[in-house]
Amino acid sequence: MVEFTLWDIFRNLLVGAQWTVLLSLIAFVGGGAVGLALLVLRLGKMVWAEWLTRAYVQLFQGTPLLMQLFLAYFGLALFGIKTSAWVAAILALTLYTSAFLTEIWRGCVNAIPKGQWEAAEALALSFTERLRYVILPQAFKIAIPPTVGFLVQVIKGTALASVIGFVELTRTGTMITNATFKPFLVYSCVALLYFALCFPISLYAKKLENRLNASRR
Amino acid sequence: MQADAKPIIQITGLRKSFGTNEVLKGIDLTVAPGEVIAIIGKSGSGKSTLLRCINGLETFQAGSLAVDGLALTHDEAALRALRQRVGMIFQSFNLFPHLSVGRNIMLAPTLVKKPDTANMAAQARKLLERVGLSEKFDAFPDQLSGGQQQRVAIARALAMEPAVLLCDEITSALDPELVGEVLRVVESLANEGMTLLMVTHEMAFARKVSNRVIFMHQGKVHEEGPPERLFKDPQTAELKQFLSSLTD
Repeated sequence: MVEFTLWDIFRNLLVGAQWTVLLSLIAFVGGGAVGLALLVLRLGKMVWAEWLTRAYVQLFQGTPLLMQLFLAYFGLALFGIKTSAWVAAILALTLYTSAFLTEIWRGCVNAIPKGQWEAAEALALSFTERLRYVILPQAFKIAIPPTVGFLVQVIKGTALASVIGFVELTRTGTMITNATFKPFLVYSCVALLYFALCFPISLYAKKLENRLNASRR
Repeated sequence: MQADAKPIIQITGLRKSFGTNEVLKGIDLTVAPGEVIAIIGKSGSGKSTLLRCINGLETFQAGSLAVDGLALTHDEAALRALRQRVGMIFQSFNLFPHLSVGRNIMLAPTLVKKPDTANMAAQARKLLERVGLSEKFDAFPDQLSGGQQQRVAIARALAMEPAVLLCDEITSALDPELVGEVLRVVESLANEGMTLLMVTHEMAFARKVSNRVIFMHQGKVHEEGPPERLFKDPQTAELKQFLSSLTD
């Protein structure tokens, strides 16, 4: 049996952590894009779009992320689409992220006074112009802290992708545990790495929030 | 006021409900170009709703409304054309807080009319001068007093070169000492021949500036006429009561 030093454990976990970061970023950027599209659809005052987006959000908020991962992984295979754990994890996490982000951002848009919409409307701006030049720039500012905060949830959510066999930080930890039989040590290191990723982001979100509150005064 | 001129606004049988609550119960109103009209009445009488119908901020259930011969429909392109003819100023100013004063004024003309930006800036400065705020081009709305913000809002509406300006209680949110500066701007617009429809609680101002006063009561035009007659010699009990309630 090969003897693992603490450094060996850490070094291997760091490799896994890279995949966690990459998966988080893809899910966050992809989810942000889909979320923004859903937001625009939802603000467009078409009844069917309102229903569709609301159902979408409820679906992803009302089921465990783990089930979504399973469904993406096994469900796509059922339709004859060959999926890797990588594709399934990206798909599930992107959809999950988009549902939450669109809901967060809708709240931010709702926080903009109705008079802003009306003033833009009275100035003959079209719906997209109203959104693009008047509402979203203002909503964007208040959306930054909760959006950055949600990034932390996405990072932690990627741990579930280990269950469908995607080798990221948690999965790497499991594999090392199987080789070293030192679960407490290994998972402590795993937790520490997650914390090292998430804590600075939480801190940054907090700072942004304080700055926003200060500028409002 | 030329009675035989082609009307700039023509409203016939306008009805508007919010759910089961009918707010406008058949409004007929014709406005000639250059006319200055003050709309008075108790809160809930439908004054603001009438104003908001004229530029399509509210939809209505029955009747017709035309501005400059263009019938108001709720089709995006037609509304966009109509709103370029009708400017609106709000009680709460509604300046865009993330844009400087200059960009507040230039935003809509740049997007809707698309002329060159250099001209735009020159026009915006001219408009600011007209409302007495030429030094505020680069200021942000939150650095201005309420009266200054409202004057910027007027300049912003004027930048679209509207034929009609709707003023919805534009001094109601202002401290008393700031009302005068805004009213002076409105008065100068009236003197320059702008068609104005204003919902107002400033009776002295309505009397001084308007050609015609419209008293609204329970969703209808209850009484109308030139200000001297309407204020001195109200014909209906409701107007008499409304006017006396103001002097209490």
